[in-house]
Amino acid sequence: MTSALQPPLTLIAELTHRCPLHCVYCSNPLEMVQKNKELPKEIWARTLKEAAELGVLQVDFTGGEPAARPDLAELVRAAREAGLYVNLITSGLSLDERRLEELVRAGTDHLQLSFQGAREESPIEFAGVPAQAQKLRVARWARQRAIGLTLNFVVHRQNLDQLEEMISLTEEIGPERVEFANVQYYGWAFANRDLLLPTRTQLDHSLEIIKSAEERLRGKTRVEYVVPDYYARYPKACMGGWGQKAILITPAGDALPCHAAQLIPGMTFENLRKRPLRDIWENSEAFRRFRGEGWMPEPCKSCDRRGLDFGGCRCQAWLVAGNAEQTDPVCSKSPRRLIVDSILARINRNGQSAAPAHSDWTYRVNPG
Amino acid sequence: MIPALHMRPRLAPGCRLNEKSQAPRVLLMPERVLRLNGPSLEIVERCDGERTIQQIISELQLLYSKAVPEKVQQDILEYLKLLHDKRAINFE
Repeated sequence: MTSALQPPLTLIAELTHRCPLHCVYCSNPLEMVQKNKELPKEIWARTLKEAAELGVLQVDFTGGEPAARPDLAELVRAAREAGLYVNLITSGLSLDERRLEELVRAGTDHLQLSFQGAREESPIEFAGVPAQAQKLRVARWARQRAIGLTLNFVVHRQNLDQLEEMISLTEEIGPERVEFANVQYYGWAFANRDLLLPTRTQLDHSLEIIKSAEERLRGKTRVEYVVPDYYARYPKACMGGWGQKAILITPAGDALPCHAAQLIPGMTFENLRKRPLRDIWENSEAFRRFRGEGWMPEPCKSCDRRGLDFGGCRCQAWLVAGNAEQTDPVCSKSPRRLIVDSILARINRNGQSAAPAHSDWTYRVNPG
Repeated sequence: MIPALHMRPRLAPGCRLNEKSQAPRVLLMPERVLRLNGPSLEIVERCDGERTIQQIISELQLLYSKAVPEKVQQDILEYLKLLHDKRAINFE
């Protein structure tokens, strides 16, 4: 690859791994950062400035629950002063109206509010705590203020049949944007995959529902649907390419090319306490390892799609096929596609069974 | 929704231009960034909730006086519809 390296567009700032929810599909790693290891706000403020100087345009404040940090409004202000667009990804659980007002005044541009489903019992089933009423309050407060709003419904086999209800709830709230995002199988979701993967019938039905919702909501709410890549013919362009579009900072200050990269063996990650952001982006071993096309094996190396999907997801190649340097096994051209097909065959043979009991799930735990 | 000439487009909540001092100029939106070239920047800068679509068209017809006025109008209406579908602007 000879083209010059572009700066990342987005800095994903995982401010903390602490969270009041216990989602069965949380994207955080199984081993989480303890509170006493979290970066102080001074290092975050410096990093936000370095990011803007590097060319980053947007920051995602996420976690865990970013509002679990009392200094969140100060970090929002620091990001705005650096010239960044501020996206706050939250469960809404740690917010009251006064706190939300403080975050809006500090310059938050956009709130992405997560939902486990449309029903009162959805968060209890999938996140282990009652939360629906609070989420609806936060959505209402947000609509009363000059702030963009996205609702993010995480969907999977146990709630995909309620998609119509989620769309109705969206129409009641009236956000600019809604995402129905099928779970991606890393971290906690990988541990619960057999309960989360939808059936083919569910998936086909959901595509029809989404299509009609897109038409009905056009000009009101932009609808985005993330399908499970296990059912796809070609892999997703994971992160827009390794080390191409985004840089993720863990609560402890490690810089990663994606949420799950720590699970790939043999990787070393640089820390912001020790090395400037630009240097990490441009020169660190972790960001260079799968950047561009030099690492690619066949069938990627000679594939026409290599500039579209970049060989797919390295973490999935490791998790499913046991080798991070191979083609993403969801790709129909991958010799390891058989593994994915056998997983899908098992799910579809069993079909939709009774709702799992509380004890069937592995719920996300909290760091100390 | 077909934009009508008396409507006043305004950037939707969660959408804003980056600062004048920053280059290149872009429209910042949730989960995306829209790069703006000359005419698209001229249009987006005028989506202030004050100007009507008719005013925006008149101003750009002056600015691009070598272009066919009807073509300028048509391009602006199409671009505003696109921005509205992307939920980047509201019509007031």
